[in-house]
Amino acid sequence: MGGPRRSPLTRLGRWLIVIGFAALLAFPFYWMAITTFKQTSDLYNVEHDPFVFNAAPTLDHLRLLFRETLFLRWFWNTTVAGAAVVAITLVLAVPAAWALARLTGRFGQQLGIGIFLTYLVPPTLLFIPMSRVVSWLGLQDTLWAIIVTYPTFTVPFSIWLLMGFFKAIPRDLEDAALVDGLTRFGAFVKLVIPISVSGILTVVIFSFTLVTQEFVYALTFISSAEHQTVGVGVPIYLVRGDVYYWGSLMAACLITSLPIAVVYNLFLDRFIAGFTVGAVK
Amino acid sequence: MAVTGAALERAAPRRRRRVSGATRLGVALFSPALVYIAALLGLPLVLAFLYSVGDVTVGSVGYEFVGLENFRSVVESPSFRRALVNSFVFTIASQVIVIVCANALALALRERFRGRGLVRFLILLPWVAPISLGAIGWKWILDSIYSVVNWVLAKMHLVNLFDPPMWLGRPALAMASVIAVHSWRMIPFSTVILLAGLTSIPKELPEAAAVDGAGFWRTHFEITLPMMRPIINVAVLFGVVFTFTDMTVVYILTRGGPYDSTQVLPSLAFQTGVLGSDLAEGAAISMFLVPILVAVAALMLRVAHRAEVV
Repeated sequence: MGGPRRSPLTRLGRWLIVIGFAALLAFPFYWMAITTFKQTSDLYNVEHDPFVFNAAPTLDHLRLLFRETLFLRWFWNTTVAGAAVVAITLVLAVPAAWALARLTGRFGQQLGIGIFLTYLVPPTLLFIPMSRVVSWLGLQDTLWAIIVTYPTFTVPFSIWLLMGFFKAIPRDLEDAALVDGLTRFGAFVKLVIPISVSGILTVVIFSFTLVTQEFVYALTFISSAEHQTVGVGVPIYLVRGDVYYWGSLMAACLITSLPIAVVYNLFLDRFIAGFTVGAVK
Repeated sequence: MAVTGAALERAAPRRRRRVSGATRLGVALFSPALVYIAALLGLPLVLAFLYSVGDVTVGSVGYEFVGLENFRSVVESPSFRRALVNSFVFTIASQVIVIVCANALALALRERFRGRGLVRFLILLPWVAPISLGAIGWKWILDSIYSVVNWVLAKMHLVNLFDPPMWLGRPALAMASVIAVHSWRMIPFSTVILLAGLTSIPKELPEAAAVDGAGFWRTHFEITLPMMRPIINVAVLFGVVFTFTDMTVVYILTRGGPYDSTQVLPSLAFQTGVLGSDLAEGAAISMFLVPILVAVAALMLRVAHRAEVV
């Protein structure tokens, strides 16, 4: 690598920017960790230095969170909804993306862009009519309400992402499979899907993390605490009246955020490729 | 000549049949997704429009066309005007902050160094963690009594700990806080998009400029930035959509308060249409998001088109 000689000033500036931003951006998560293990009397004392433990660390907040709140229930709901949304997304998006990438020619590309644009339609534009649709389907206040509606975000983006993957597979490979006696659909199932595993895995992670991150639809369609996901249950229902259980609240945020962040981070470059197709070669 | 003609004739129908078979398969594979999108995106979109020009409330079954009545009553309400202005302030201010910070950060992260993976993970946290949880973290950091920010400022003798600034309780401060937290959330996203753009710029160009004696700033503004224009456009377009249509940060930090001072269009639509059960006015408020979305979509198509042509 190397590059041109950098003046010490440039290098210092670079380090200041990197360290400063890393500290600022990660600070709330550090703060969640500290708050999780502090005793209540230590948290609510203006005289105490908030950066250190003025009293012995405690597991009380975690105990409260796991034993006396619906946190585990929300975690389970999120997992179930996540798995269902992933399944629906794969069933709808994988064949559609392949069809658009391969079979319908130039028209396919244009339709693909059109579908990608539907990804821009925000939940805050649709939540009012969508809540009507949800109640027509008899799904209000159930986990099904979000299982049925979340693929409206995941399917368009996944089709777009997978189209890129499928286009990278040489057409000759499929034609060779046809010569070997497979049908076109057979070639898709036995040949294209196995070599696109990494693309499909990206869609799986994208869809699952979206279920954990979405807030507006879950807040709108689900009205009872026990049917909520983590993303709404924690910030809305861990507050009783005006009382915030900050210790347990921060514990819940940290426990939920970290695993999602680790997994998402692994696949990030591929998601970004989905956003930048067209502008970066 | 005759032979070729006959061969062509024989080949043509077969070829046509194969293409149409393939097309049929394509349609079969594609239509489930299309039907789903039409039913759960298209239909609600049409309904959103119908509600905005109709008379519908949660209890009612009937529908009566009322023309622009809902829009008239929405536009006349002071809350709406406040939200409209706030939406633009919120979007423009946070996007300016995000693009400036993301540019600096992307440049700083461009070259590999030891610990880059860890730094990248830390920087990405706000974007990859659920925003509702990140926002509630900020609500604690900005707490009216136990705010760590106030504690630090008090130690620096900048504020009085017994009469501290109410970050979420005073109109101007609340707006600044909401903008700051949303920027915090969006900086990582723009940074990685800009990084993707930076890596596609040939390294030799800025290096050649440096050899020719151009300083850092000159190289940056005259070579790197112009080459990054398309990718900056992409980052801004997505950023505008994700900001203008978002209500999570506002809803969790302030619920639009104090006195509607942080209310934005999406949060007002939620309050009116979902909490207040006035579907028609809520839908009318949401409709004000459409012009921005259409504009962004059109600009995005231009970016995509240009990239294809060049």
